[in-house]
Amino acid sequence: MAVADAKIPRSARDDRRRLIDLSGPALAAVVALLAVMIVLPMGWLVVYAFATKDGQATLGNFVTLFTDPSFVDPLLATLLLSVSVSGLCCLVAAPMGWLAARTDMPLARTVRTLVMASLVTPPFVGAVAWEMLAAPNSGLLNQLWRLVTGAPSDEALFDIYTMQGLIFAIACYTFPYVFILVANALDRMPGELEDASSMLGAGTWATARRITIPLALPTLLAGALVAFLQALNQFGSPAILAIPAGFHTLTTKIWSLFQFPPKPELAAATSLPLLLLTVALLRSQAAILGRRGYAVLGGKYGAPRPIRLGAWRWAAAAFALLVLAMPLFLPYAALINTAFSRISSQLLGPETFTLHNVVFTFWQLSSTLPALQNTFLLATATATLGGVLALLIAYIVARQAVVGHRILGFLATSPLAIPGIVLGVGLFLAYTRPPLTLYGTLWILLIAFITVELPQAYQQLGSAFHSVHPELEEASRMLGATRLRALKDITAPLLRSAAIATWCFIFVGVIRELSAAVILFTSETKVLSVLIFDLKESGDVGAIAVLSLTMVILTTVVIVIANRIGGAYEARVPTRVGA
Amino acid sequence: MTRKLTRRRVLAGSTTALMASGMASGFVTAAKAAPPAESITPQLIEAAKKEGKVTWYSSVDLALAEKVAKGFEARYPGIACKVERSGAERNFQRIGQEYASKIYNCDVVNSSDAAHFIIWKRQSMLAAYVPEDVARDYPEAHKDPDGMFASWRITLSPIAYNTKLVKAEEAPKSFADLLDPKWSGKMVKAHPGYSGVVMTSTQQLSRDLGWSWFEKLSKQKIMQVQSATEPPKKMLAGERAIMVDGGEYLLILMKEKNDPIEIVYPTEGTPLISGPSGIMANAPNPNAARLFQAWSFTAEAQQLNIDVAGLRSAHPKTRDHAGARKFSDIKVLREEPAVVADKADEIKAQYTKYFKV
Repeated sequence: MAVADAKIPRSARDDRRRLIDLSGPALAAVVALLAVMIVLPMGWLVVYAFATKDGQATLGNFVTLFTDPSFVDPLLATLLLSVSVSGLCCLVAAPMGWLAARTDMPLARTVRTLVMASLVTPPFVGAVAWEMLAAPNSGLLNQLWRLVTGAPSDEALFDIYTMQGLIFAIACYTFPYVFILVANALDRMPGELEDASSMLGAGTWATARRITIPLALPTLLAGALVAFLQALNQFGSPAILAIPAGFHTLTTKIWSLFQFPPKPELAAATSLPLLLLTVALLRSQAAILGRRGYAVLGGKYGAPRPIRLGAWRWAAAAFALLVLAMPLFLPYAALINTAFSRISSQLLGPETFTLHNVVFTFWQLSSTLPALQNTFLLATATATLGGVLALLIAYIVARQAVVGHRILGFLATSPLAIPGIVLGVGLFLAYTRPPLTLYGTLWILLIAFITVELPQAYQQLGSAFHSVHPELEEASRMLGATRLRALKDITAPLLRSAAIATWCFIFVGVIRELSAAVILFTSETKVLSVLIFDLKESGDVGAIAVLSLTMVILTTVVIVIANRIGGAYEARVPTRVGA
Repeated sequence: MTRKLTRRRVLAGSTTALMASGMASGFVTAAKAAPPAESITPQLIEAAKKEGKVTWYSSVDLALAEKVAKGFEARYPGIACKVERSGAERNFQRIGQEYASKIYNCDVVNSSDAAHFIIWKRQSMLAAYVPEDVARDYPEAHKDPDGMFASWRITLSPIAYNTKLVKAEEAPKSFADLLDPKWSGKMVKAHPGYSGVVMTSTQQLSRDLGWSWFEKLSKQKIMQVQSATEPPKKMLAGERAIMVDGGEYLLILMKEKNDPIEIVYPTEGTPLISGPSGIMANAPNPNAARLFQAWSFTAEAQQLNIDVAGLRSAHPKTRDHAGARKFSDIKVLREEPAVVADKADEIKAQYTKYFKV
């Protein structure tokens, strides 16, 4: 990254002096960087997938993969899980995004903020919290249900240790992605089209059906894809919920293959079908989006007018808040309960209140402070360096700046197909040998985190670029600016809020990241997520609750500050470029 | 290889002896004999203080591990003890991974799977060091003849139940009782792929009860968790009424606090788990490692393990925990670490066949 970083400002300076377009070398640098980050570890994975333990070429790993039930079952479970999560997320997030963006639903801003807040929660923390709520016997909700209905002690309303429970728990922390994509797309949609529609006599619903939904559809598809891939790559939640239920998903299966004695060749083979599946999905998305022009945001546009919901306003708000109870209100209530209660399955009260967990976490647990430091250092570095990289790639691809830009787009999205845990192993294989022996340092985690976060950052910025019409840049270039100058003076200000959002996304993403870190950490480079996972495996839920709450508070502070800085910048630049 | 031998030479303190063993090591991996016992000298303390820290990998319950660490820090101020707590099998995998990449973070390691020490010893990953207490007091069965490790802790893996959910007269008395359909969906169990306690107990139970017992047990809708420290907690929380396996020491502590649980020492015998400790050959803080190792085997430290952690000890000068059944009154199953060392993968595969995870 250091290379790319140094390159941009220098070339920008050069441009102003010499008016030479340096996007060619920039592309070369980015490609080289991505090669190191992605191609190298994936190359090792492919080598391993087709090799025996002794390094002989073989297809045996794939025969095992598709015939041994202990591999076929996780594969089927994973597909079911990903499809269900994706469907559930769209079902909930699309109407909610529309309500928040395009209607006069009360508390719309609050709902948006809360959705962002639920994104701050690492999914595996959510899974632990949902264990506290919906474990069949000790779960607080089940206890409440038995108390109210007088049901016998072995009957349960919810059982989180099931496939349905897992789908639910993952969807809780995946739907925000879909919501944000949909709501942002609806925000950017020009009001004129809808106005025109109503002027031509269409009612509210006809306009929604004929204008709003078709325009939002590509984003929804993108959201469905993101949700699918999130569920596919999720490691922490299945490790916490599926293993007690007695089934594996692909990620937990792969993880179990790295237990002693490690079988990286089988793990590598297991990940290749995922890669192909994802490539196919990405291509079909491109095919759907590619045929239509979606550059709807020119230099001028009208603010969309909110649709009046009338009597349904409060019902809409209640729906949104009910949905938010799932990732947010209920889990945090459970976490707070556990953090300060002597036994997590008992409700907090004067006689069960204790500060023991807080004292233990901060004064006795020797890993807490180093893990906090490592995590925040890595999150800041990844968000900054990864954001710049994603911006660069998104720009080159969106503007088709140079020959070969498609390769960049493919490379930048390809980590989506790689379960974090497999990426972790790929990096492990690639960087435990000379010339770059990075294992045991924070650098390998930095590379891992940038790689893991790159696809989403790139997609987010890419879709932002899609909605900024190139005509503005073209005008700038006609007036003599180089490409990079145009990028800086025209595009960057327009993308400011997307860039800040991306920074926050990456920051939060790093803090949530567990699956690559769980392979790459050493005792000196432990991060918070790994610490929590370790605590989970030994059942120390009190310390998990304290650490999770601490982490969320600190993350929220960072995000608020980032948005303040962004907000101040925004105030200096006219928001309507064309006006 | 050369570096490891060099380091070991330094640690063993006897150049000639190790020159010989170094030359021999191309053919045999085991060292020849235990070095002489060493006491805690002012020089050792001084050297350890210069290093200022020690990193201890252990699989003992985290809260207890941190208490031991704090006990050491209180005894020897100026030396920070950093605890790396994870399941024994995961620590084993991690140490292997770190050593393969020449990353040496671990000073002292304690594992609840004694087989690990056999493997580490074979691979010359341990440094010989015999604390005075080990040489003088520990029974032969609990120390390595070559001085590479000794049993730092002993625990059992009994059955236990939540007394709010199971009446004493209905409670299971044996492993065989757990196959009763009435316990279906009511049991929690840890995993041999993660926990050394469970790896060890799985070998003993599969030998004495047969794999068919596991096969039947797997049809009882078991809740599968990872660490042997978790079943006691899940049972106490009431998530499941009975734990099939798990560390006895946590149960002893729970009983001490009058938590609603009861321990069952099964009639077939209770799996016995000795957890050895040793110093890594490439320990980054070799003196602090020796000091920690020496201290942790003293009667004083072992009694601390018993009193605050509910563990058992091989040190004859310690007393059983006040709230625990006397060790001599419990029928225990025989440990076979050498078998575990050779068959761990088979055991895990067989287990996974029945329990799916």
